[in-house]
Formats: sequence, structure tokens, C-alpha cells
Amino acid sequence: MTAVPTSPRALRRARTRQSLARSWAAYRSQRAGMVGLVLLSAIVVLAVAAPLLVDQSQLSVTQATGGRMEPPSAEFPLGTDEVGRSILALTLWGSRLSLIIGLTATLAAILVGTAVGVTAGHVGGWYGWVALRVSDWFMVLPSLVVAIALLAVLGRSMGTTILVIALVSWSGTTRLVRAQTLTVQARPYLERARALGAGHWHQMTRHVLPNVLPLVLASATLLVPSAILMESSLAWLGLGDPNVVSWGSILNRASDNGAVSAHAWWYLLPPGLAILLVVLAFMMCGRALEAVFNPRLRGEGA
Amino acid sequence: MAEGVLSARGLRVEFGLPGGRVARAVDGVDLDVAPGEIVALAGESGCGKTTLARALLGLERPTGGSVSFGGEPLRFSSRALKAYRRRVQLVLQDPTGALNPRHTVYDAVAEGLRIHGIADDEPGRVAEALSRAGLRPPEQFFLAYPHELSGGQRQRVVIAGALVLEPDLLVADEPVASLDASVRGEILSLLLRFKEDAGLGALVITHDLGLAWSIADRIAIMYLGRVVEQGPVEEVLTAPRHPYTRALVSVLPDSPVAEPIVLAGELPDASRIPGGCRFRPRCPAYASGEAAAVRERCEGEDPVLAGPESLRVACHLVHARMVA
Amino acid sequence: MTLLEFEDLRVTYTGSRGRIPAVRGVDLAVDAGEILGIAGESGCGKSTLAMAVLRLLPRSAEVTGRILLDGEDLLTMGWGRLRAVRWTGASIVFQGAMHSLNAVHRVGRQVAEPILVHGEASPAKAAARAEELLERVGLPPSRARSYPHELSGGQRQRVMIAMALACDPDLIIADEATTALDVMVQAQVLELLTGLVAERGVGMVMISHDLSVLSAVCGTAAVMYAGRIVERGPAHEVFAQARHPYSAALGAAFPVIGDPASRGRPGGLAGDPPDPARLPEGCSFRPRCAVAVERCGSESPELVAVQGAERSSACFVAQEGGPVVL
Repeated sequence: MTAVPTSPRALRRARTRQSLARSWAAYRSQRAGMVGLVLLSAIVVLAVAAPLLVDQSQLSVTQATGGRMEPPSAEFPLGTDEVGRSILALTLWGSRLSLIIGLTATLAAILVGTAVGVTAGHVGGWYGWVALRVSDWFMVLPSLVVAIALLAVLGRSMGTTILVIALVSWSGTTRLVRAQTLTVQARPYLERARALGAGHWHQMTRHVLPNVLPLVLASATLLVPSAILMESSLAWLGLGDPNVVSWGSILNRASDNGAVSAHAWWYLLPPGLAILLVVLAFMMCGRALEAVFNPRLRGEGA
Repeated sequence: MAEGVLSARGLRVEFGLPGGRVARAVDGVDLDVAPGEIVALAGESGCGKTTLARALLGLERPTGGSVSFGGEPLRFSSRALKAYRRRVQLVLQDPTGALNPRHTVYDAVAEGLRIHGIADDEPGRVAEALSRAGLRPPEQFFLAYPHELSGGQRQRVVIAGALVLEPDLLVADEPVASLDASVRGEILSLLLRFKEDAGLGALVITHDLGLAWSIADRIAIMYLGRVVEQGPVEEVLTAPRHPYTRALVSVLPDSPVAEPIVLAGELPDASRIPGGCRFRPRCPAYASGEAAAVRERCEGEDPVLAGPESLRVACHLVHARMVA
Repeated sequence: MTLLEFEDLRVTYTGSRGRIPAVRGVDLAVDAGEILGIAGESGCGKSTLAMAVLRLLPRSAEVTGRILLDGEDLLTMGWGRLRAVRWTGASIVFQGAMHSLNAVHRVGRQVAEPILVHGEASPAKAAARAEELLERVGLPPSRARSYPHELSGGQRQRVMIAMALACDPDLIIADEATTALDVMVQAQVLELLTGLVAERGVGMVMISHDLSVLSAVCGTAAVMYAGRIVERGPAHEVFAQARHPYSAALGAAFPVIGDPASRGRPGGLAGDPPDPARLPEGCSFRPRCAVAVERCGSESPELVAVQGAERSSACFVAQEGGPVVL
């Protein structure tokens, strides 16, 4: 064995390093996960760099330089829309909104879902019962219909879109987290912790949450694509924020303006493929994370 | 009451079952464990011994009777329980499950210190506890994860985690049942050494009478939620009096009881405790007519532990013979 | 008459950690009407030995040597013959009966299944036979209609034994069949098993980590360590006067009540059983041995007779007549 650090902080750091290295090694062995990760990184880099690659002025309807629904050309590699804007520019900028909405809505959903799930599992009793029934209720609601109704009432904006998506997707996380919490609670090491004198806070932060969070992370990666799809669906239905460009809103304009009958495939394909790719990338990462963190899928042991 | 004695008086733990039945898992137990002595609590699975241990640690709320420590009745406020748990520690049966797989050995042992806010010289205390539990040199184990250790080493980690708080008493629930036979002796020797060197008392729960013979000073035999015989190990195991103890001892290899008495049937359900003496339906003395003189009492009266302080038996037949 | 015979049996698993020798040359024989005990701890190869008899080992296991059942080599026989042997020649009772029973079928049906599959009886006859078997192992025939979860651990183990008896095997292998049971239930099951051997003349191999149980039940006992037999002899002698330091330690782990030598002195060994993938050089027990001599570090002792033909030990110290316990 190598030199042994002795201060508690050094120990904790060494341990964290060790376990991160272990998880990374496990992740790296998942080929689909690595492909997803590369794809996802590329998409994120493009989204972040969009303002550098394409000037925002190109999104302006009044300053458009191209003709109406021009097919791809040297000047517009992916053609133009009905007012002459570059589809490439729109798709690049659209990625920003789709990702932001997807990520924030997911973050909000898992924060609420985890909090409710852990407390429902740990506290139990009537609180746990009520929390579970409420989350069940949200789970059986037809999410798209609810989202449409809420957006109609609350008005169309980016904030409300995020809120609505979070509201219809938190309950799945609650279920997952509660189940995992109950599993961890039944482990003898929690009994040991209680016998050592541990209170609720200690049990939650030292045992329950560290065991729950990896699964939450994996499920969050799978929640992002569904949030992006939901956003795209809402925008395609014309319920998106009218002031910003997202992949869904591009598709909405395309269908409103007869891109289908005009056979303007360059108008429909780029945002559609972008949605497909980003969903695929998140799915691949999520499945790989799940395999890393859920020993049952990996096969217990070394 | 002497300092540091853990005692149960008339302790009862009942669980409600579906269908309105009530399981009397612990049904009126008197038991004392003093510092510097090892008491074995023996019985078959389902006799309530684990529930009794949990109740003694305040992990299960008794439905009747009392638990007291050093003469002070155990209170169930979280502050009182926390203070109590510093002095009485638990060692679980399965060390693999008792250690969080994500925590290193260091964290597992230091957990008690962190819970009780003991911050001075944490690494020193952890190292000391590990080496007392026989993991030497302790620093080598600090960063190990439970899955990298053998079963015996894991149990030592669990024991170190209990020792680090410098308790007065250990409650060990089948501490070696899940370990390989050749490794068991070393773990049991640890308990003996703690008793001799530091005056640490222990309540060892076991189904293995041989284990009690190797390490315990006193033994309590439990049947269906009740202690039926209690006394010094030498006397209880070499000259058992209660028919149940006699049967348990008789089926061991090279037993001091000449004829093996294999009881028919199995331990009844704790929700259906027979009336009168709870052991009567399986009692060989009752069935053979040996207990004919006290037959009516066996059928109508639940016997209580009685006899000289050192050797107490809950059996009408034994009581009648003591009087005679 | 010799019923089952192992001749230089070797089993090697090939896994991610390379070749792992689980059984390293075992010679043993069981006669009809006799109980052979095999003692050892987890990882010593005793369960591999049991599985090898019915060729239940995973495909990655490489088996060499011979296993003769009634003179026929089980390792070379065709699948058709092997199936017949699995039904009527030999059967295994495993530990952990809950996992070996199918939770969704009534136990009567599970006991009757081998009889039906074998095609010898009508369903009604098979069901009647199942009830008869359950009665034989001390369960009321009405229990045939119970599901496994409605039974206690001891009752489930009895059902497992009834299943093993269904096709009248000549050989029964009990692999830790009583380990998970309480003392009293264990005594009941052991009584049942020894009764079967005595009254029907079957041969039995009883595998356990508890040398004291084997000494009470078996005629001959063999102690295994790291894939080899380290001591063999009349079971009671192996337990009471071991001629190998490992058997001595294993025996001491189960003290005799009333024996003042074991009072206050729990017996055991320092260290852990060896990792079969990384066996020490020389005698594989040397790292945990208190009486090892220089020779043990370089040479691996063979199992040779000590104190007459009945006892043999694979320990240089014992072979030279030295004490194996300090």
C-alpha cells in the first residue's frame, strides 16, 4: 500500500478521488455511454458557441437576407425559412433554448421529486401517504393536456414553459427516490447508525442521500430528453415563447407556412434531427450512468 | 443499582399483525447485564431474542415493563437516547450489511465520533479502535472499502466502530453466525479480551450453545418471548433443569445429557402463545407423565422465573422439586 | 460395496482472474449404507465437489479425474444416461431451501414433478406418491397443498429432502442441508437423514462446515482445505483427536459443552481461508499454521496414512508423529 494520509480531510479527499476514478472507469467501459457523451459535448459546445458562430442579427425577421424557402446553397448551407433567414443559424440558436429549458425543467423536477421522495420514504406516516397519493395523481394526469391547459391559463413565456414541464414530470422521480430510500432504510447499516445514536439528519445526509443521488442523476439524464421533447411539442403546437427560437418553434413555423406541401425538407429536417440527436445522446449517457450506479444492472461484486 | 448495569424488568414488546392479532415477541423478560460480564441470550430463531436486543438498545419501544441503565429508566426523547447509545453499543450479525458499501473503513469507524461531535484526535481514536479490534497496522485499513475485506475483517471494523465511543456495554446479535468457522474464535476472543482488559460487559445473542460455553459467564435461555432458565453457564449447560434447556443441550454432540431428546414440532407463532405453560405442547416431561404431579398447574398457570438468585427456572416441575 | 468413488478429481474454473483451482486432486469413496462427511469452510471446494457429481458445474469449469457411481464414470457418460442417473442414481439436497423451491407452485406438485417427468406414473398416482413422501419426511400429507412461503425453514428443508427421495436414489448428497436451521430442527432433520440411510441402505455424502455435527452423524469424515483433503478418518476420531492442525482448529470452533479445555477459550485460527486464485507455496495451510516447520514452506504434503490404515493426514508434522496442536 502507498503512503497513507492521516488527516481526516486528506482522507476524505483521497476517498472521493478514488470513488470518482472508479465510477469513471466503469462509465468508460460502456461504449454507448461514451458515444453519447461525445455527442452531448459537441452539442453543448455548439450551443454555447452559437453567438460566436452566428450573429444574433441573422435571427431578425427584418434583416433577413435570403429569399423565401430557398433550398440549401453555398450561402445558406441548410436553406432558408419563409422570411429568408438561415435555417442553420436558427437551428444553432434553437439549441440554446431547447437545452436551457430541458435542463432547468429537469433540475426543478428532480429537486422537488427528490425532496418529496426522500422525506416520504424516511418520515412515512400520514405525510408519506399524502405525498405518495399526490405524486400518483400527477403521474396519471395526461401530461401534455395538463401542460397545454396550464400554458393557456398562465400565458406563454419561457418561465411558464419550464414551470409546466417541471410540474408534470417530478412525480416519477418521487417514486424512484422513495423506493430507493425505503431500500436503503431497511439496510442493516442504517440500524447500526441508529444504534450509534444517529439522528434523522445524519441518516439522511450520510446514508440515504449518497445512495439515492447516483440513481437520481441517472434518471435526470433520462428526464432531460423528455423535457426537451415536451418543450418541442408545446412549441410545435404554438404554445412556446413567441419571442425566442427553439427547435420546436422552428418546426411550428415550418408547418404553419406550408413547408410540408412545399417539400422544403431543409426546413423540417435540421430541427427534427437536432431533437433526435440530443435526445439520443442524453439517453445513451443516462443508460450508461444507470448501469454504473445500479449494481443490479452491472452485476454485483468487483 | 450498580453503575452501568443494563436491566430489563417485565419487558414486553408486541406487534400488531394484520387481522387484529397481536404477536407477543417479548413477553415479560427480566434480565441484567453488568459491566465486566458476558451474558449469552440463547434460543431458537423466532423466540424474540433479536427483538429483546433491539428493545434494550431503545431501537424498539417496549409496550410494557422497563429498560434501565445504571438504575436510570431509559427515556425515549432523542437527546436521552443519543446519550444512552454512547454507552451501550450494538454489533450486528452480518458485517457485510452493517457497513455502508460506499464508506471507507475510516468513515465507518469515525461515524460514531461524528454523530456525538467528538472531534479531537479523530484519526488517533479511529486507529486505536481498529488496532484494539485486531486490525493492525490500522492505517493500512483506513482507505479500504468493505468489499475489499474478508468477512472476519469486516466484523472487526463493525466492532471497532462500536469501541471507538468507549461504551460500557456491547450488545452483539449473533456476532459470528455469518463468519467462517475457523474465523469465529478470533472474534469471540476479542470480546473476552475487552471484558478482561477493559471491563466491558456484553450481551451476546446466539442460537449456538457452544458459543455461550466458550465465552459467556451467565446464560439466559429464551423460549417464545420469555426467559425460561437463567444462571451461570457451567450450571445451566452441564446440568440443565428446564425441560426445554435439557432438550437443547441433549441434541449437541457429546452432550452432558446422555439421551438425545429431539422435540417434535417447531416453535409456535408468537401470536399464538399457548395458555398455561407456553412450553407445555412440546414438553417431554409433560408428555411422558413425568410432570403428572404438577399437571394442572402446567395447564392453567404460566410459570415465572424462580429459584435462588444465581439459578432461576420457569418450570412448575422444577419448582415442585426444589420445594421437595 | 463402493457406491461412489472420486479418483484424483480436479476442477478448475476459468474466470476474469485467470485459472482458479477449486478442487485439486480428491480421492474419496462412499459405500452403500454409509455416510461420508466432508468438512470445510466457504471456498474450500466442497460444494464444487458435490456439483461435480451430477455435472452441474458451469461450462467454464474444467473437470479431470474420474467420478464412479456404481462403477460407471459420470464424467464420460452421455447426456441420456446422465439424465437417468440424475433422476434415479443420485440427488442433491442444497442449503437455503427457500431459493431452491419454486414460490408459485404448491409443494406437493414440486415433489411430484420428478416422478411425472420421469413418466412412470399418472398424475393422480404421482400426487399420492408425493403425499406419501411428505409423510415420510415428517410432514402431514395435507401440507402438499401449501406454498413454500407458508412453511417454516425446517419444513422447507423436509420438502427438499422429499424431492430428493422422489425417485428412490442410491446416493444422496446433502450440501449444508442443515446449516440454516436451528439446533432442534437440525436435530430433527439429521435424525430423518440418518434414519433413511439406516433403513434403505442408500449412500450419503454430507457436506458441512460443522465438524461436530459430522462427527455425530457420519462414519468417515474428510476435511477439506483449499481444494484438497487434508485429513481423513473415522469421523469421531477426526473431531476428537485431529491429526491435522486445520481439522483441530475447525473442531475447536465447535466446543464440546462440559469440556473444561474449551471453557473461556474460543478456538479459532488467525487469518482467513486462502484465496484459491493465489494459493501460498508449499503447504496451503502454512500461513495460518502454528506448528509449521521449514519443509512446509517449500513442499506440499500428500495425504498419507498415519496411525494405521484408517487415518490419513496431509501434514508433515503429523506424519512424523508430532503434535498438531500447541
